[in-house]
Amino acid sequence: MSATATSAPKSDADDPTDSNHSSGDITDAVIRFAGNSQDGIQTIGGFLAKLAGRSAREVMTYMTIPSTISGGASIFQVHLASGEVLSSGDEADFLFAFYQHSYDAHLSSLRDGGICIYDSDHVTPDTNDKRVRHVGVPITSITVEALGGTARDRGKNILVLGLVTALFQLDRTKLVTLIEGQFKRKGDDILRNAMVAFDAGYAYQVGDLLGESFNLKTGESSGADHVTTDGNTALALGLIAGGVRFGAAYPITPWTTVMEHLRSELPKHGGLFVQTEDELAAVTMALGMAYAGHLSMTGSSGPGISLKMEALGYGTMAELPLVVVNVQRGGPSTGLPTSVEQSDLLQALYGSHGDTPRVVLAPINVEDCFHTAVEACRLAKKCSAPVFILSDQALATRIEAFPEPDFESLVVEPELALETRPEDFVPYPLEGETRHAPPGTKMAGGKYPVVTGLEHDAWGHPNGSPEMHQLMMDRRRDKISKLAEDYPACEVFGDDSGDVLLLGWGSTWGPIREATIRARDKGLSYSCLSVRYLNPLPNDLADIFDKFKHVVVIEMNDKGMYGFGQFATLLRARYANPKIVSVTKTDGLTFKIKEILQRVEDILS
Amino acid sequence: MASATPAAEPEKLTKKALTADHPTWCPGCGDFAVLASFYKTLEKLQIPQEKIVTIAGIGCSSRFPYFVNSHGLHFIHGRALPLASGVSLSRPDLHVFAFGGDGDGYSIGGNHLDHAARKNINLTYVIMDNFVYGLTKKQTSPTSPLGFKTKTDPTGAIDQPINPMKKLVYGGATFVARTHATQVKHMMAMFERAIKHEGFSVIEVQSECVIFYPGAFDEGNPRKGGEFTIIEEKKWDGTPEDETRHDVSDNSAAFALANEEWPGRFGVYYETDRPTKNKLEQRWIDETKSKIGDASTTDLLKKRFDAMK
Ligand SMILES: Cc1ncc(C[n+]2csc(CCOP(=O)(O)OP(=O)(O)O)c2C)c(N)n1
Ligand code: SF4
Ligand SMILES: [Mg+2]
Repeated sequence: MSATATSAPKSDADDPTDSNHSSGDITDAVIRFAGNSQDGIQTIGGFLAKLAGRSAREVMTYMTIPSTISGGASIFQVHLASGEVLSSGDEADFLFAFYQHSYDAHLSSLRDGGICIYDSDHVTPDTNDKRVRHVGVPITSITVEALGGTARDRGKNILVLGLVTALFQLDRTKLVTLIEGQFKRKGDDILRNAMVAFDAGYAYQVGDLLGESFNLKTGESSGADHVTTDGNTALALGLIAGGVRFGAAYPITPWTTVMEHLRSELPKHGGLFVQTEDELAAVTMALGMAYAGHLSMTGSSGPGISLKMEALGYGTMAELPLVVVNVQRGGPSTGLPTSVEQSDLLQALYGSHGDTPRVVLAPINVEDCFHTAVEACRLAKKCSAPVFILSDQALATRIEAFPEPDFESLVVEPELALETRPEDFVPYPLEGETRHAPPGTKMAGGKYPVVTGLEHDAWGHPNGSPEMHQLMMDRRRDKISKLAEDYPACEVFGDDSGDVLLLGWGSTWGPIREATIRARDKGLSYSCLSVRYLNPLPNDLADIFDKFKHVVVIEMNDKGMYGFGQFATLLRARYANPKIVSVTKTDGLTFKIKEILQRVEDILS
Repeated sequence: MASATPAAEPEKLTKKALTADHPTWCPGCGDFAVLASFYKTLEKLQIPQEKIVTIAGIGCSSRFPYFVNSHGLHFIHGRALPLASGVSLSRPDLHVFAFGGDGDGYSIGGNHLDHAARKNINLTYVIMDNFVYGLTKKQTSPTSPLGFKTKTDPTGAIDQPINPMKKLVYGGATFVARTHATQVKHMMAMFERAIKHEGFSVIEVQSECVIFYPGAFDEGNPRKGGEFTIIEEKKWDGTPEDETRHDVSDNSAAFALANEEWPGRFGVYYETDRPTKNKLEQRWIDETKSKIGDASTTDLLKKRFDAMK
């Protein structure tokens, strides 16, 4: 929280912050809500994130969910700012603690001088702790009092939203509209209760207890009608924009919500998403849809991706276009099912038996989930092979605000090409792009194609001669490596040359960039880059590396037997460049800014 | 009056047009007869050639697609059904056929079989059951009878074999028939009914592997001294004889048939009319589309994004 002014009391009688306390402008706040998963604390965060999108503020959220369904501690952290938000925040400025266990576990997440607002019905605070400021609010009893009867304390979350609205002088009218939008569907009673709870929280005057409230300023630069959503939603919609109409999958956290979206959305577009009996069937069914002439997709998280590998090898061999999404989580095995990790990179590149050259892309933030999905669709069609999108648990669940994509330039309408194929039809020409004749197409030559997983010649006839295997191996590899020729240029943040280039991929981009900004503020010569195309690698990377003394690869996976994370291993193999070093971790948490700066300093010293 | 040009005759589908590579099966393999019956049935039904799709997993029997001149796909071991389901669900205009062996269908692909049956995917599946793994040269299969000696059970199979008819009926297949590769006429009749059936239709063909399990199906082959007993189906003619005939829509009767002693009877064990997944999904699509009217991809995405503002 950066306070830029104090005082300036208002005289508006409707304003609950008008009298007994001062009010200061702030441009940035990290608010952590800690409770149990069934308290609906995600709902508070969701509303705040949406409000940010509507009021030109930037936002990034972070949450933990227990892997049990009912009960279990849960947090939702919202980082709101009038300027750019690059991470969900290392430390919280405000903590709302619903229970003693929430208080005990999360007090340390508050920065020095931070404010802890606790439910005095459940929490006995440590009043000796002078590091932070404590404010007790009987959240449970005022909720019960306001709602009465059967609702008991359900509605606490909305009451807290009311408290927050008053405390940060947020736009009450916009929030009420959002609440109405969300609860109207659930029935009049529910909406009425929500509004009663919200008003009770709003009227509580927590600012009076604290002696101050905060005016979280609206942003200036960016537009006020930003979209606020999470990575999985953006990804699902990007796939539709890119032309995917068919797909199949099996549920697994954190992938599941992508398939839930597609299952509901695709019928609107005349398409279909199937829930199969397992991941083997899912990838296989998706390949069937691809063979039938559609752009199709499948997806999963860690364990499910492992199950798909044999069939993906077939996709490479038979040259079928397929988008494969892996929303990575902590592994191996069931591992850390609701935590973040980036440990499936080499699996995406090399998983499956035999040599299976693949395209692998990684989105760097929520907005990029949409664009990466569109790009994956384009590349899958272009190279007629499986294309991986490596998202992760952090991107999947966090909410960000971003401008609406330019649909006119991005949307690709799918087409089913069933025109008669000429007599000289060749599906796998040694030079040139794959051609398919999906079932339903007439063959002018009278000979119908059989697609096979056996090594084959240009016509698709099984042929395992040593020369043919080599020729076809070359063909399958070269068509993939050629894709790098029309990638957009890599964009280095900071200077084009200098001492240190922080290099990342995927969801670490925000923290890496924020770390770079802080280092530069301190006068250090740091720049950074996040690689969105992980395979084949961009052709301009070598020149970029030449211009820095050190290239520090930062990623959330293990340093392995030889001291390098998975991306660092790949880069060192590719560039044989000893200045590429590696910072890794596998604690299931996103990188903190301080952590990055410290680890980089350590490795370079 | 302008001279009318005669409408182009639709090309007649012949056995010759359907013939592709010469099968690589061993001389005498039961699968040859299955292929011949398939050609003849298609010829009889005159399905447009470009609409025929043959899909198979891995095994001797799964080489089938190479021998049919139609669109085809030779896939991986055990997964022909979900792949064929993907084709069927996304392309209702096609006639989708899946082929495979007992290992492919009942072992590695056993779970897919249950689910394709349960979902009642509109396609026809032909299982060439030889009670053994042919391609990998004589290992125990899920239908190998107890005591059958294989390279993986040198002292004789000890695991209870599955009963294919029970598995299929229990799984929810809506057409289940059993035939014998030496009985071409019967095989063709079963193919024809399976193809005409809307839904998941399965034919279990006893097809001898002359190399690794010769004589496996002699008990059902009159030329080898066996008996080929055909199921008499109810005619619903009110006659007293009809009482004892088989009601194909009765699944307990199908189970009773499946419990009969080896070699049992041949014909349709079970047939029922249940909406296919193809139909049910299409209904959802149609209802959704009728609610939202004609909207472009961009319109729909815009609307979806507006809801997130
Ligand atoms: C994943 C996988 N596991 C094992 C194999 C080896 N394999 C190929 S065919 C086969 C069994 C074939 O038996 P069946 O399905 O009964 O066909 P048949 O050859 O008897 O017609 C096996 C085990 C394989 N190709 N793929
Ligand atoms: S090994 Fe058996 S199943 Fe395979 S082709 Fe020869 S006879 Fe047929
Ligand atoms: Mg077999």
